[in-house]
Amino acid sequence: MNTELTGVIVTFIITVLLAIPLGRYIAKVFAVERTVTDFMNPVEKFIYRFCGIDPQKEMNWKEFLKALLTINMLWFVYAFFMLLFQDKLPLNPDGNPAQTPDLAFNTAISFLVNCDLQHYSGESGVTYLTQLFVVTFLQFVSAATGIAALVGVFNALKAKTTNNLGNFWQIFTKTITRILLPVCIIIAILFTFNGMPSSFAGKDTIVTMQGDTVGVSRGPVAGMVAIKHLGTNGGGWFGANSAHPLENPNYFTSMLELIAQTVIPIAMLFAMGLYIKRKKFAYVIFGIMTIGMLCLLVPTMVSEISGSPAIAKLGVSQPTGAMEGKEVRFGPAASGYWSIITTVISTGSVNSMHDSSMPVSGLMQLLGMMINAFYGGCGVGILNYYIYIIIAVFISGLMVGRTPEFMGHKVEAREVKIAALVTLLSAFLIKGGAALAAYFVAHHGDMAWAVKPSAWLNNPSYHGFSEMLYEFTSANANNGSGFEGLGDNNIFWNVSTGFVLILARFLPIIGPVAIAGLLAKKKYVPESAGTLKTDSLTFGMMTMAVIIIINALSYFPALALGPISEALRGAN
Amino acid sequence: MKKYLLTSIKLTAVLLVLLAVLYPLFLSAVGKLARGKGNGETVSVNGKVVGYANIGQKFTEDKYFWSRPSAVDYNAAGSAGSNKGPTNPDYLKTVQDRIDTFLVHNPGVKKEDIPAELVTASGSGLDPDLSPAGAKIQVKRIAAARHISEDKLNALVDEQTVKPLLGMFGPAKVNVLKLNATLDEMQ
Repeated sequence: MNTELTGVIVTFIITVLLAIPLGRYIAKVFAVERTVTDFMNPVEKFIYRFCGIDPQKEMNWKEFLKALLTINMLWFVYAFFMLLFQDKLPLNPDGNPAQTPDLAFNTAISFLVNCDLQHYSGESGVTYLTQLFVVTFLQFVSAATGIAALVGVFNALKAKTTNNLGNFWQIFTKTITRILLPVCIIIAILFTFNGMPSSFAGKDTIVTMQGDTVGVSRGPVAGMVAIKHLGTNGGGWFGANSAHPLENPNYFTSMLELIAQTVIPIAMLFAMGLYIKRKKFAYVIFGIMTIGMLCLLVPTMVSEISGSPAIAKLGVSQPTGAMEGKEVRFGPAASGYWSIITTVISTGSVNSMHDSSMPVSGLMQLLGMMINAFYGGCGVGILNYYIYIIIAVFISGLMVGRTPEFMGHKVEAREVKIAALVTLLSAFLIKGGAALAAYFVAHHGDMAWAVKPSAWLNNPSYHGFSEMLYEFTSANANNGSGFEGLGDNNIFWNVSTGFVLILARFLPIIGPVAIAGLLAKKKYVPESAGTLKTDSLTFGMMTMAVIIIINALSYFPALALGPISEALRGAN
Repeated sequence: MKKYLLTSIKLTAVLLVLLAVLYPLFLSAVGKLARGKGNGETVSVNGKVVGYANIGQKFTEDKYFWSRPSAVDYNAAGSAGSNKGPTNPDYLKTVQDRIDTFLVHNPGVKKEDIPAELVTASGSGLDPDLSPAGAKIQVKRIAAARHISEDKLNALVDEQTVKPLLGMFGPAKVNVLKLNATLDEMQ
């Protein structure tokens, strides 16, 4: 078998093998059992005392969300002003300028919500200070926010009847001190010894062998790239993200970055099974998610490895597959795999340029972000899947003519309404946004913005439409990858995607936490012969059917105008 | 609300020290032990630094192994891909031009033997590598320009080829800068 394929298969197998013990460890951390990282106890105690946190204090779902939203709001204000004045602050060896207000607005939100859409290039748009104090910092805390929200839901699922979702501050802090930081240190050290820079030295200037003078951007990259993946953030140090040879120097680092971004979302599933004592429930979800991921992966890899039909017509050979926008050291197989992993999970880092992917691959990447629950981002992936479960419970209940129940609690109108609203929100934001952008391109091409609408698109026809659709899909999924040809650093894209980012982050967190909190308060109904078994394979397939139906109804027309048309035209 | 805000401010302050100060400082200290001391590994020719091992450079002269086309002309202070879609007609014309240029400079090479990587731009615009085939197809031109035997050049490519990771994972590759640096040192 060729080494490119074995590389991909082994990467996935290693990920799952690591996720099992990591999941067990995560479950222990939140159940406050003894773990190998108990040496962090004094650090946590210091943090609690310094901040005036009582880690034992129980929170109901409203208090839990208030704490979560307050600290997130604070980070937004903080990040916005840091980016706005970065040119006047220290640690700016390359003399980079401040961000404009609309760009700072977009960037602050984007990192706050774990999306990392970047309308700037890392080499020139931020300073070492903002790379560390804004970007890296938010990459840690936004991932921890997602995981903490999910653990709150676990606490609600665990008990028969409870008002207590746990203490947000404690769960959040332990996510950083016990999970994210220790694992990041290990990964970052491996990166450092594989050629990723970690010093604070500024841009270097070299004279090449042919006598050209070029600048080489550097910086303390390794630590940021570790949390960028482990926290499913995705925002790159350099403009080219993990395609950049200093951000992803070789095949080993590529495997490591792939494993790092996939491992927590899968581990959280296994942790859930142990923590709420419903292992079968977790395994079935893992199975369904894996099947879903493979349905997107296989067509992508086939089309990338077969190469570009248009290039084939020009008469050159494509021994490994399509190479535009790809790096030789990764090859089309690993690039195709990465492009699906990064879109089903809300990472959004790239090791190849998605704008240059084959049309079928572009379609699969878009679908991965639209569904956004095949593993999904740190914490939030399972929360998204939870919404699909509630709808599947509701529909199954209607089919058998019983009041729907989920884990011993009656699912009633209020919960179903919340779930339906969260689902409809995505379709509204993605299609509404893309329609608005297409309207400006078609009818107001000369608007006096930093980039005129007529110059937004880097490609004509269907592919140009895909660029706009992709941007809003990525913003809504809090993904952060892009069809990067799009001219997006101007007030329209900065502001419109900024609002999409906020809505699409916090409503899908508030929704599931509220549903879980509301359900947990209700009287516990013991299981009977008539109870719908939510841990059965049948129910898993029912959930899959709901996912397919909702997403097909929501997005097929938009996808038909973009990648599907391009693929069909390319075939002729 | 006020209670939450005060806690939020303090928690943010303490986490900034941990995550934005101590964490990167620790890693930069570890980096001092790595090759290149955490600044990036460099390549020298006859004692003079000519570039970074992992950052590709523009090579267009006949006496050198050419690197891949780059959307940013190998500007390592502004990495990017072309972001051209696979069916874009302008893009396909650019590729056609690259094929024609390659054929002019490499007489005797058949079009169907040119691997696509030599006429397509990389994702970063800084791809440091070629596949072994992408290097070997240029051997004839370099042999003529430098008056070295083709066998010797083919052997050099083989010697510089980095095998897949553990011989099992990922593609084989050749670093173009190191290859060309060795060429210059040979003569």
